[in-house]
Amino acid sequence: MTTTTSTTSTRVIRDYDRPLWRRVLLNREFAIIALLVLVVVVSAASIRGFAQPITVNYLLLDVAPILLIALPMTLVMITGEIDLSVGSMVGLASVVTGVLTESGAPFEVAALAALAVGVGGGAFNGFLVTVVGLPSLAVTIGTLALFRGLAVGLLGTTAVTDFPEMWTALAKAKIAGTTIPYIVIPFLVLLAIFVVVLHFTPFGRGIYAIGLSKDAARFSGVNVEQTKFILFILSGAVAAFAGIFYTLRFGSARGDNATGLELQVIAAVVLGGVSVFGGRGHLHGVVAAVLLIGVLGSGLRLAGVTSDVINIITGGLLIFSVVAASVLAWAQRVRAKAGPPLRVAASPAP
Amino acid sequence: MSTTTAPAAPAPAIAKRPGGIGRAREFGILAALILVVVAATVKNPNFLFSADGWRDLLLTPSILMLVAVGQAIVIITRNVDLSVGSVMGLTAFLTGRLFIDVPGIPIPLVVLAAVVFGGVLGLINGALVAFARVPAMVITLGTLYAYRGINVLWTGSDQVHPSDLPREFLGLGTQQILTIPVLSIVAIIVLALAAWYMRNTRGGREYYAIGSDPAAAELYGLKTTRRVLSAFVLSGALAGLAGVFYVARYGSVSSQVGSGWELDAVGAAVIGGIAITGGVGTVWGAAIGAMLLMTINRALPILGIPDFWQRAVVGVLIIGAIVLDRVLAVRQRRQLIEARDDS
Repeated sequence: MTTTTSTTSTRVIRDYDRPLWRRVLLNREFAIIALLVLVVVVSAASIRGFAQPITVNYLLLDVAPILLIALPMTLVMITGEIDLSVGSMVGLASVVTGVLTESGAPFEVAALAALAVGVGGGAFNGFLVTVVGLPSLAVTIGTLALFRGLAVGLLGTTAVTDFPEMWTALAKAKIAGTTIPYIVIPFLVLLAIFVVVLHFTPFGRGIYAIGLSKDAARFSGVNVEQTKFILFILSGAVAAFAGIFYTLRFGSARGDNATGLELQVIAAVVLGGVSVFGGRGHLHGVVAAVLLIGVLGSGLRLAGVTSDVINIITGGLLIFSVVAASVLAWAQRVRAKAGPPLRVAASPAP
Repeated sequence: MSTTTAPAAPAPAIAKRPGGIGRAREFGILAALILVVVAATVKNPNFLFSADGWRDLLLTPSILMLVAVGQAIVIITRNVDLSVGSVMGLTAFLTGRLFIDVPGIPIPLVVLAAVVFGGVLGLINGALVAFARVPAMVITLGTLYAYRGINVLWTGSDQVHPSDLPREFLGLGTQQILTIPVLSIVAIIVLALAAWYMRNTRGGREYYAIGSDPAAAELYGLKTTRRVLSAFVLSGALAGLAGVFYVARYGSVSSQVGSGWELDAVGAAVIGGIAITGGVGTVWGAAIGAMLLMTINRALPILGIPDFWQRAVVGVLIIGAIVLDRVLAVRQRRQLIEARDDS
């Protein structure tokens, strides 16, 4: 643990003695964006039916829940924590919406209640992690089972499919004149908020500081517990929002909705350059990674490749991206050792 | 950190206490297990006192028990293996294919092939984690997808059905010696070996040393790379054995065997007192945790709770277990500090 944090921090410092163009172009995030563009161009050129406006529609509808949840997940993981319960929270929010709608409550009230459940679930995770002091991996494995259990328990094997036409239509509706679904608007708003919070506020700098060194962050005046608590609440709330969207999009609330979604989100976040040890990562890399996996998936599906190959590619990409990064870091260390010893930053921490 | 540099005087007290508390921890889970069994039996005596009930009680948990033991060893080294479910799926299908493609193949050879195959899949995980120095969670999340994808690709549309398998092999799933199912006996032997190795041998203690403080283990001169690698190989091999067990028990194999088991295995280990931060817990605890998970599964409907609520109960159990561990750890630290101040 200690060795990894010290190498990360040296790399961060060393970044600034490289020319600007190299810093912008030669990094993980840019590599993912470049790969995304490459995949889009290649698919558009070689797969029949890919370069059609309707592809954008399906693609965005499919990845929307992952895109949404990846935003708070990025922040949570930059602090060095993790939230495995998001997939179950999507299911629970879906069931809460469904059960309340079925019992006669207006849909708007049901959706608000589902959001409240998301906030409550996130606060529960946050409480166990920050106040009781438990590791988030273990806590959220527990709440993964708990939230899913509540969802399945409340609804059993039945499904609620009776939702107001207006809302289900809205979830699938396209922005006038384009094929872009409306869900993109809340996503962009959330993205803007998260970018501003992460990169332009003391709170956001605190998130990175916590990931690099919790103790140093605390001594610098960052309220570590409060920050993490807020992030877990955000994670739960956004997952619940994604759950409401999921319900409307498929017009069905079921206990097993979005099972396994947490691993897809985390795979995308890690692929986007967020370190699971915390302290490193950017939102643009994560968004590009989610889209990359989505485009690969829909492209291959259109090309008639089965979804299993997509799994192999997702897994392979994930492994390759981290192994490549670690090989690059190793090469850099070797070069730094061979080169003239003029960098203070290159000397390893004792 | 500062506690390790404390004066050496209270060493005996420190040495004695963790063992005592560790034992209490597994005892707590065992008590919970017994409580569940007793409650279900009072409600319906067939849960324990019928031939089928007794067999299922022992047989059902034995597959998860194997996976949880491997998972426990990996977590003790401060890593995690999320690919065990996918490894299990692949080895289960390999088992089925071998019986179909090589008629008359001896059963021990199939078991060996599946265990070795699982070990190789574990070796891939371990090599990526140990040599590339990449967090285990990321690597095994990647291989979870990759192995499952290969499995689905390999299976295609054909599944393995009980009619494809030799009768002696399926017999293993139901055979009993002195009313104890054969598969459970094998699982318990594996468990006992692993427990003995982890507790009594130098190699076993090295897993704990690495998990408690990887940097210190490295400085001390332990071969951490090789150790971590071997933990993943063990986990893969045990998942491979679990794959064979699955085929023997259920007879049919689809491409989704073991899907989602990774979280059950981690959950069983955590319930059994394995600290997710490494270095703490025993494989006995993980095995009892696995048994508790699977037994609750079967006991809930008997206790009048619809089995839809099973996952929720599991969640409460996991959270309760880690909160309990935290309380015990805080109390232990307080006692140690008092012991130091007294001396």
